[in-house]
Amino acid sequence: MTTLFELAKVLRSKNSGPFEITLDVLFNSKENYFRVKDAGIITKSLIADLYHISEQQIHHLVFFDQALGFKITFARETSSGTVGDRDVYGAQQHAPLMNIIIK
Amino acid sequence: MSKHIRILSPCGMLGYGFPETSFLNGLKEEIHGIVVDAGSTDAGPHKLGAGVPIVSRRAAKKDLEILLKNGVPKKIPIIIGSAGGAGAKPHVEWTLEIIKEILNENNLKANTAVIWADFTTEEILQANKANKINPLSSNIPELTTSQIEDSFNIVAQMGHEPIVEALEQGADVIVCGRAYDPSPFAAVGAFHQKDLGLSYHLGKILECGALCAEPGTTKDSILGTIHEDYFTVESLNPKRKCTTISLAAHTFYEKEHPYILHGPGFTLDLSECEFNETLPGVISVKNSKYIKNDQHRIKLEAAKLVAYRTFVIAGIRDPILLGSIEDIEDIVIQQVQDYYKEIPQEDYQINFYNYGKNGVLGNKETTAFHGHEIGVMFEVIAKTQELATSICATVRSTFLHYGYENRKSTAGNLAFPFAPSDVEFGPVYEFSIYHLMEITENPFRIEFLEEVLQ
Repeated sequence: MTTLFELAKVLRSKNSGPFEITLDVLFNSKENYFRVKDAGIITKSLIADLYHISEQQIHHLVFFDQALGFKITFARETSSGTVGDRDVYGAQQHAPLMNIIIK
Repeated sequence: MSKHIRILSPCGMLGYGFPETSFLNGLKEEIHGIVVDAGSTDAGPHKLGAGVPIVSRRAAKKDLEILLKNGVPKKIPIIIGSAGGAGAKPHVEWTLEIIKEILNENNLKANTAVIWADFTTEEILQANKANKINPLSSNIPELTTSQIEDSFNIVAQMGHEPIVEALEQGADVIVCGRAYDPSPFAAVGAFHQKDLGLSYHLGKILECGALCAEPGTTKDSILGTIHEDYFTVESLNPKRKCTTISLAAHTFYEKEHPYILHGPGFTLDLSECEFNETLPGVISVKNSKYIKNDQHRIKLEAAKLVAYRTFVIAGIRDPILLGSIEDIEDIVIQQVQDYYKEIPQEDYQINFYNYGKNGVLGNKETTAFHGHEIGVMFEVIAKTQELATSICATVRSTFLHYGYENRKSTAGNLAFPFAPSDVEFGPVYEFSIYHLMEITENPFRIEFLEEVLQ
């Protein structure tokens, strides 16, 4: 059993503008990258479950082979820095991804 | 046309600082532009709404001094993107004031151009009426008249076009209001007739300073060179190195999509990009495609004041209290509402953040709590500062003395690290406009400051 955290080199979150959170997962070997990509378990449905959001709130889930990484962007429920926001930079929203199990 | 265009990016944000040696390493070669981004929406809507900068005046001056003292005598154009943090009039004026001071103190003369990015309420109301404004993404509401009227400091992100115009008119220093982050970099390429796809992709990489190198940081300098059909990026500090992966990965950064980037009037398609290491630590990039959009749209930004806040930070160590913290917080809210019966409940909001338990993810936290203490931050958001402060004082005293079940610690429930415990935060803002506006001609006004030297 291997977690996404163990395989990834970078696993981070950030705002992509004040209305979206973007999650970046990057690898330092083709082997690890394609192992995750080809496992096919990184899906909108999995992300929606992990983040308690609907699949419609996920704007993008894209793999980019040249960068050995994938990106997930979803709508923020509260825009950055206003009443009710807990993470102005969106920089600590990545943790739920860490324990995804990759075969 | 055939010459190589070198752009020096001193750091990822003006005022973040950088090793002067890295910057001077860059100046050993012929440089065609020193470009620094000074803006960001990362820190939230407050800077734009309140018209205040992100960095201190001291830090901004420290960085600008190095740029101006080295760049101006060598006649290298210096371009500052999104001046003052948010690029609205008060931010631009703040930056100009500092530049003026440095030029005077160092007996330097520079032909300084300002490109304003501000829009009047009236202009936006008219454009909205003419159906020229649309939300940037599906979770942003349509603009209403009242939303526009309530907004402060309406700006739009400029592309490279007005900056190129300022360069053509002989500007030595260009202070841009709000700009699409890569635009001031791309403008140097465009001014020298380089490919726009390469110029913008390079700008996207350089705008964060050395964040694209390893180890990455926004607080160091980086060099980009545009050739005929590729560009290269290299670190100016021997402690860092660019790699094909670090560059490709940086293309990802802060954007919604890894290889389709939207800018003012165009789309950048990086899906076919190739990253190669030509010399050790020198990464070349090709096949960055600039696709001009049929309709030229610019991104509008504005903030409105939504409320006032007063907050308290305290620690909780008592295990019995920790065991039912959320229930107790609910009761505190209830008791405060009962006490202030005469104040409508919609006039204020009481929020708790239990750091150590679920402070970051809130009710989406799934990991079970097993700590022995938490930090509690509670805030009252209200229509006026007086109301927020009054209610917060009642929340604090109610929480401090609340007698929960099985309590033995009857002296008090909260460990305050500060006296006084209650902090008046001031106004809270919200991004009220984050929309795309159709334009047909350049709306960004260029102004030359005739005599900067007093």
